Amino acid sequence: MSSVYREIAHNGLWKQNAGLAQLLGLCPVLAVSSTVVNGLGLGLATTLVTALSGAAVAAVRHLVPNEIRNPVFILIIAALVTVVDLSMNAWAHDLYNVLGIFIPLIVTNCIVLARAEAFASKHPVREAAWDGLMMGLGLTGVLIALGALREVCGRGTLFAGLDMLFGPAAKTWVWHLVPAEWNYQFLLALLPPGAFLGLALLIAGKNLLDERARQRALRQKTLTQEVSA
Amino acid sequence: MKTALTQARRSALTLLAFAVVASAILASTYWLTRDTVLANEHAAKLALLQQVLPSDYDNQPLSDTVALSPVEAKRLGHDQSAVIHLARRQGQVVAYAFETIAPNGYSGKIRLLLGVDAQGQLLGVRVVSHKETPGLGDYIDLAKSDWAQQFTGQSWQGPAAAVGYWKVKKDGGAFDYMTGATISARAVTSCVGRAVAWLDEWKQKANR
Repeated sequence: MSSVYREIAHNGLWKQNAGLAQLLGLCPVLAVSSTVVNGLGLGLATTLVTALSGAAVAAVRHLVPNEIRNPVFILIIAALVTVVDLSMNAWAHDLYNVLGIFIPLIVTNCIVLARAEAFASKHPVREAAWDGLMMGLGLTGVLIALGALREVCGRGTLFAGLDMLFGPAAKTWVWHLVPAEWNYQFLLALLPPGAFLGLALLIAGKNLLDERARQRALRQKTLTQEVSA
Repeated sequence: MKTALTQARRSALTLLAFAVVASAILASTYWLTRDTVLANEHAAKLALLQQVLPSDYDNQPLSDTVALSPVEAKRLGHDQSAVIHLARRQGQVVAYAFETIAPNGYSGKIRLLLGVDAQGQLLGVRVVSHKETPGLGDYIDLAKSDWAQQFTGQSWQGPAAAVGYWKVKKDGGAFDYMTGATISARAVTSCVGRAVAWLDEWKQKANR
């Protein structure tokens, strides 16, 4: 993998993470992240659209006059989302039953337009598609983490409902961290305020890790300077 | 001035071209997927009907329907028209299936599908669509919990032939609910009660 692609991957998955650093697409992120399975579903659907729209926007980038690029990008994204919606409804109907409600939500996710504007309109097709894929996967990671956090705090379970994505065999994958018969529930985590609090914790965690890495790099640097001096 | 105009015209034409291409792609996708989507929906509807009907009918309940009058459709919560599906064995009606809408869910309407046998006993209640809070009020959906199973076998007879019976236990009725999400259960329970009462009345009126 060349360094350009590695850089893009690092940006999408961590440094410029759509959910934790750019804070784009909060509307679907906060609304749908109440369980792991919901987060995973929305994340995968968004990844598909960001990758496709990145490629499509990059492919036509020389044809679009600068002053009308936004309406054209919106047109492309909206058309793509509808095509994905219709195709999944026709050819992947079981998956559509699960993800169907999330797909129209993707249009409300600014990350798609933001990457079209900031990246895909200035880069070749393959890099743009890769960027879309990585941005989508980065968002999926945040959605899964936030979903897991809220599911554990709110209901005491993990991976409930995965059978909706992976078939009936996945029914047994549920972990009950609190015994099911206790009927444990912590409403705050399940309702929208819990999504804000959870996301804030995740962002704080990322900032903490970044800060540690920076300190370590700084120490390393001074150390090598001292040695060479 | 001239260049600005040319530029504007060029932009407008480009936008037009993109709109035409996008519309063409959408139209062809729609055209390509339409039949499959319709077939899927048909199969899904049939599968849903089969969940609330007995297995021993020999007709096509999906097309064997009776249209309801607007007044009766309204009593079931529908805006305009509604049908009731009939399952028959050797011409004899063995069960009814119909949709009803609870208008008072926590966040909007809850669509229910009911199956009722010829004696008026509920064969099953399924939530067709709802907007209840995920992870909270969505236990009314059989995909999330078997809460809705408690309606099976219930009917508008004896002590159950009263509005007060078709309530959650918290309100003095006979049906379970989950703490913290009473509103969804309340809406579904009273809606199911109204619907079975309505079916008894409709059968008498239609002399079935």
